Amino acid sequence: MDEKKVILKVRNLTKEFKIKSHKLGEKPQILHALTDVSLDVYQGETLGIIGESGCGKSTFGKCLVQLHKPTRGSVEYQGENILGLKKGEMKNIKKEIQMVFQDPFSSLDPRMTAGKLVEEPMIAHKTEKDRKSRSKKALQLLQTVGLDIQHVHRYPHEFSGGQRQRINIARALALNPKLIVCDEPVSALDVSIQAQVLNLFNQLQRQYGLTYVFISHDLSVIKHISDRIAIMYLGRIVEICRAQELYENPLHPYTRALLSAIPPESPFEKRERIVLEGEIPSPIGEQKGCPLAGRCSFCKERCRNEMPGLCDRGDGHQVACFLYESK
Amino acid sequence: MAKQNKMPNKELMGADAHSQLVKRERRANNVWNKLRRNKTAMIGLVIIAFMILIAVFAPLIATHDPNAIKPSETYLGIGEKGHIFGTDEFGRDLFSRVVYGARISLIAAIGGTIVGGILGILLGLIAGYAGGAADAVIMRLMDGMLAFPFVLLAIILMTILGSGLQNVILAIGIGNVPTFARVVRGQVHIVKNEEYCNAGRVIGISNLRMLFCHILPNTISPIIVYATLNVAGAIISEATLSFLGLGISQPTASWGNILRAGRDCLNTAPHIATISGIFILVTVLGFNLLGDGVRDVLDPKMKR
Amino acid sequence: MSKELLTVENLKTYFFTASGVSKAVDGVSFTLEKGQTMGIVGESGSGKSVSASSIIRLLPKIGKIVDGKIEFEGKDILKLGKKELLNFRGKDIAVIFQDPMTSLDPVFKIGNQMVEMICAHQDISKKEARAIAVEALKKVGIPQPEKRMDSYPYELSGGMCQRVIIAMAVCCKPKMIIADEPTTALDVTVQAQVLELLQELQKEMNTSILLITHNLGVVWKMCDTVMVMYAGKTVEYAAAETLYRNPMHPYTWGLLDSMPKLSDKVKEELKTIPGTPPDLRLTGTGCNFCNRCPYAEEKCRAEVPPLVEIEKGHFIACHRQNKTEKLARGEGKKNG
Repeated sequence: MDEKKVILKVRNLTKEFKIKSHKLGEKPQILHALTDVSLDVYQGETLGIIGESGCGKSTFGKCLVQLHKPTRGSVEYQGENILGLKKGEMKNIKKEIQMVFQDPFSSLDPRMTAGKLVEEPMIAHKTEKDRKSRSKKALQLLQTVGLDIQHVHRYPHEFSGGQRQRINIARALALNPKLIVCDEPVSALDVSIQAQVLNLFNQLQRQYGLTYVFISHDLSVIKHISDRIAIMYLGRIVEICRAQELYENPLHPYTRALLSAIPPESPFEKRERIVLEGEIPSPIGEQKGCPLAGRCSFCKERCRNEMPGLCDRGDGHQVACFLYESK
Repeated sequence: MAKQNKMPNKELMGADAHSQLVKRERRANNVWNKLRRNKTAMIGLVIIAFMILIAVFAPLIATHDPNAIKPSETYLGIGEKGHIFGTDEFGRDLFSRVVYGARISLIAAIGGTIVGGILGILLGLIAGYAGGAADAVIMRLMDGMLAFPFVLLAIILMTILGSGLQNVILAIGIGNVPTFARVVRGQVHIVKNEEYCNAGRVIGISNLRMLFCHILPNTISPIIVYATLNVAGAIISEATLSFLGLGISQPTASWGNILRAGRDCLNTAPHIATISGIFILVTVLGFNLLGDGVRDVLDPKMKR
Repeated sequence: MSKELLTVENLKTYFFTASGVSKAVDGVSFTLEKGQTMGIVGESGSGKSVSASSIIRLLPKIGKIVDGKIEFEGKDILKLGKKELLNFRGKDIAVIFQDPMTSLDPVFKIGNQMVEMICAHQDISKKEARAIAVEALKKVGIPQPEKRMDSYPYELSGGMCQRVIIAMAVCCKPKMIIADEPTTALDVTVQAQVLELLQELQKEMNTSILLITHNLGVVWKMCDTVMVMYAGKTVEYAAAETLYRNPMHPYTWGLLDSMPKLSDKVKEELKTIPGTPPDLRLTGTGCNFCNRCPYAEEKCRAEVPPLVEIEKGHFIACHRQNKTEKLARGEGKKNG
């Protein structure tokens, strides 16, 4: 784990959206979706990214696959900054970084059959030029993800949610990628299907040595897939550490509150809940101080004025909170 | 792990039963089958099929040469002297003229819609997909064209181009471009932000492939609906142009031409204008009914 | 104290589609007592939402209740006239839907929507209704309720919207609340708040809650009794504690096992139920779970298992689990 190769190096990634003002002559406001996100993804690991809706986790995923153009910062893939690349060079990188989307219902073109959908990446990158070998490979891929020959000519609406997500995975695998960004791939699925798909992700990782960036809002789901976990709040990473460490020894007050809010595992369990007062503040406008300052019970004067940076607490456990800074 | 690899695919009552179900569902959701269950669409389709049959088999159906002038038999009434619909001011057989007129009118209307459709779809796709400057330029141009009343625009075009069937088709086509472009552009805006288009971008498919393999097929339903309804309008446009003397040149029969001829003798021989008018009315009704039906089937959300 | 409020017996709701009859609900029975919370758990398509819609008789055109009995305080719901039905909904039963943003009309102010609803069920003036609405908003923990009355739904967050909907639900003091996945669209921290709010209100007003969810954690937190549904049928029905300690149906076992839990090890392989749920147009000839069940026998494919009371208050529909025969959990994996 320690001496692993860094496959993706993200530094100070910032994404701001401009919101046009309705009033004439007023300056557009800025929505801070991502602020100074820096992290490393190691080869062959799964980095889980956790956060509540609106915390910027999806924006982060989309920045990695170039669906959004970041405002500042760099994304280095195997030592090469991919943000400033030309189209031709980009195409090669696109082959290696794929994405699985959240909604299995809208992420497949309704007018294409499963087979065609899986063949498409091969056509786009001309990896399999011959039609026969292409459809053969498509079938192979569908079989890898647990579908079969009778599914090849079916349309997306003829599949269940879990099966569609399998098609999505097969599509992502078609180009032999190294890194797959998974944006909440199981949150739209039922429990029993969710477990199947999670196991499939794990199995494929072992089989092909894949690296995942796995975005989710569910702490118990992400435990089953992640080696390391990053917690995001309001566009920033507040804590990042090994998965085990996060559940055994959460440091950041937000992480603790998040863990305590998870519903119990049995009718007998009564969990002490750490209540966060109020709601997530708006990411629009100037951001000052710790994003959690208004809701945190440990909040001090300093938290309101200064943004704590990520500091290492040993063994790669980083946390952005003044509580742990000096010690 | 190998066991996990192959998920058991035995659906309830076996994979066979499920495949059958998929087939049954496909049959039920098949556009044609749905259309068949739709009464309005079927009435419209019957009318249109009837008119198209008349147009195609005009030489067989017509009892006389539509252009044969017979000065001795002008202004005959319905059924007189073996002329089913009577004759016009030159003694030409009205029934044969209406039958041959169906050909010209339908070709002009459908052809015009196709021309306008193709141009409009292309412009709409480019404007909607590229956005930015291309969008602004194309759409302002379309707005400019829309600012002209259609008849005025067609008159200008016909004056420049001269009369004749091709030019009528072209004029109707160009007149229809802006609305087509608007419909398509709106649809492209919806479709291009769908998740599957994002997924395509991540995979790295080219813009052309994106446009023609993903965006166009997913915008085609409302386009077909609009095109069907548009044919009805195009029939009236052809009639208008011919009525104004700008469309199909005499003596070629078209419904508009016959109507124009009938105008001059509304008092003495009202059947000339009435019959051609009825044919126009019924055909327009047919296309409208079919269009409504097609919309119900293809685009249930668009229901008024 | 413990008195039956709602009794559902052998409810069957079918959807008549062009490609066949879909047995969305095909034999559901349960009773809900006053002041109690019952959970309906199941995967999507198991018929849990359709059961709820059947109770308030709010089904789409193609859906029909073909069999069964629904009794609310002794009244037969299926025989109610249009006017009685309107009064029954909203006044006796309130419903909280999954998506808070779409259950409020976006073009009206929250206050107006609440006042309109209150006036529809109670014979009072608008002013009084407004006072009730403000009181209700205060009760659900919305800061500055008077000010919020004049907000439009889009000005509120999802959690706040759900609170407003809960406020609307409680301001007519219903005897029963149907909550259809009330927290699925919300974040965990907000979910916890909303659930706690529901619990408080229930204690205060002694309402019954019918909670529909796919999240077993929510069930453990909230419910007294639980009904597990699969492919339109009740497969197991028991008190929450019993169901957790001593689940009997193989599907319940699978469901409990495939839930990702916080106490699991990192990257632990989850136990799964192989296969997918059956198509509802093909069910009804045997046990609906037979194709995924590791214990299935010939009988399971041929005969529909009846719902039997195996212990007091513990119902189960399985051929292989009854008084004479017992299965051991985890054993069937060998032949599965």
